[in-house]
Amino acid sequence: MSLVEIRDVDKSFKREAQTVDVYNGLTIDFEEGSFTALMGPSGSGKSTLLNLVAGLDKPTRGSVRVAGQEVSSMSSSQLASWRARTIGFVFQSYNLLPVLTAQQNVELPLLLTNLNKRDRAERTAIALGVVGLQDRMDHFPRQLSGGQEQRVAIARAIVADPTLILLDEPTGQLDSKSSDEVLELLRRLNVEFRKTIMMVTHDAKAASSAKTVLHLEKGVLLEREAVKAGGGLSAPGGVAVTS
Amino acid sequence: MKFLPLVLANLKRHKLRTVLTTCSVALALFLFASLRTVVTTLNAGSEVSSSSRMIVQNATAFVIPLPQSYATRLASVPHVQAVTWANWFGGKYGDGKKFFANFAIDAKSYLEMYPEMVIPPDQKEAFLKERSAAVIGEGLMRTFGWKVGDNVTLQGTIFPGDWTFTIRGVYHPTLKEYGDDQMLFHYDYLYEREPTRVTPGWFIMKIDDPNAAPTVAKAVDDQFRNSTAPTKTGTEKAFAAGFASMWGNVKLLMSTIGMAVVFAILLVTANAMMMNQRERSGEVAVMKTIGFSDRRVFALVIIEAAVIALTGAVIGLGAATLLPIVTGFGDGGFLPGFHVTQSTFLVGASVALLLTVASGVFPAWQAAKLPVVQALRRVE
Repeated sequence: MSLVEIRDVDKSFKREAQTVDVYNGLTIDFEEGSFTALMGPSGSGKSTLLNLVAGLDKPTRGSVRVAGQEVSSMSSSQLASWRARTIGFVFQSYNLLPVLTAQQNVELPLLLTNLNKRDRAERTAIALGVVGLQDRMDHFPRQLSGGQEQRVAIARAIVADPTLILLDEPTGQLDSKSSDEVLELLRRLNVEFRKTIMMVTHDAKAASSAKTVLHLEKGVLLEREAVKAGGGLSAPGGVAVTS
Repeated sequence: MKFLPLVLANLKRHKLRTVLTTCSVALALFLFASLRTVVTTLNAGSEVSSSSRMIVQNATAFVIPLPQSYATRLASVPHVQAVTWANWFGGKYGDGKKFFANFAIDAKSYLEMYPEMVIPPDQKEAFLKERSAAVIGEGLMRTFGWKVGDNVTLQGTIFPGDWTFTIRGVYHPTLKEYGDDQMLFHYDYLYEREPTRVTPGWFIMKIDDPNAAPTVAKAVDDQFRNSTAPTKTGTEKAFAAGFASMWGNVKLLMSTIGMAVVFAILLVTANAMMMNQRERSGEVAVMKTIGFSDRRVFALVIIEAAVIALTGAVIGLGAATLLPIVTGFGDGGFLPGFHVTQSTFLVGASVALLLTVASGVFPAWQAAKLPVVQALRRVE
């Protein structure tokens, strides 16, 4: 069953006097429970795809549906509350709020719910437990390593139990060890917690953690691969593409 | 309330900037409230003055005295029930740094004329009996730590020499606008030492009907028009209003300075708030990605501005309230009852609210309308 349906999407940007086309009639489906890595050179439209799915950007034409809801036609306030319930977003540079502790950063999405303080604290502790940072709750981002910061960011992304987790180069600033930890965590989220994950990456090793890899170039899908257990490639699965 | 830790954490981001911005708001509100209090105090003086008492002064100038003989002639004017008089003594106490108003009065008639000055009966009796006695406002007693029975020596400035008085009574004003910081003593005591120089500075008449005041004023002034000391008569209320109006330009100046200070601080606060928002555009974009709506982001920025403005207002208005208590400003009888009124508090609170809105709206609107994708691209 498709969780994300992208149909005939055109996307273009205005850059000074020029119009730059990113996609022209892109159609892709992402199934529920899939873990997809989006690869491709800079400017191929990987991050734009995440932004469209998250409702942060609107397509010039076409339809983006997530969990049966048309994202591209929602108002700004509808998008905000939909995003709070449906999407967990992880950035390359973590983007934790430096003035908040790890616990407060993770709690942020829960402030938008009707949960009381005790329930928020409980769920925050669980999310930090999932990423293995219960003992760093009161630390500020500056007191954490890059890998720990990214794990806090992942805890923030999953704390409200979203349907879909979007990651933009989550290992781009991490060393090898931290990168492995984060990728292992993502695999667990996908397998144990049945989270649907879309991850933009330049890193082949990171991509091999996914179940499916999509290669984009200039907004066109060049190749799709399925990843075998252990990192090899096999027949595609979890993603249907027309481009 | 659940967003309060987020607001406070943001305010603590640049502690020094937040403290300085709050201090500038506090200073603006302090100056605004203090300057406005001078204006309200001046106006209050005329508002509480009686309209059934009339003041007769020299038409040429307030400082030129009137003949003693006028007292009997004034008493015979229709509608006049009682007449008393007073004289500005202008003595200084000690090194003269703490100045206070001191008057020579026709004791019995003056105290009857001013029931607003409440004196315990035994003290009043003691004062009336003794020629060198004085009654002093309770505020002035506190200022100098005097007690009943103490001797107080003033150095005369208009009437040279040392003048020693014995405190026999303490008065308490029924309204603080009347002031509790004057010293009153017997006119006869002054006259006794300076018989050739002393005549009443002004007369006060009590009339039976406030509506008759214009008639009485005309009758009095007509009576003395062609004398060597023509008079100018008006109600005490008009006299106080006239005294306040002498400050007319000062009042305008104070109001203008107050508003200018508030406007300057508005610019400072708005600038600080905008600087905060510019620095945090990436974080705002992240919050929007998490699901914070434009409206919520707008509210959070406005609340930050409100915390700064309201904290500044509490400190500024609090300091303005404490000013006369701590410094004794207003002592001396020139600005009796100098205190921050309820209306000044309300206007100050409104100014703080205005500061919140004016300094917060633009940065809040900028944050609410921040294009997320572009902002994220800058931080990524």
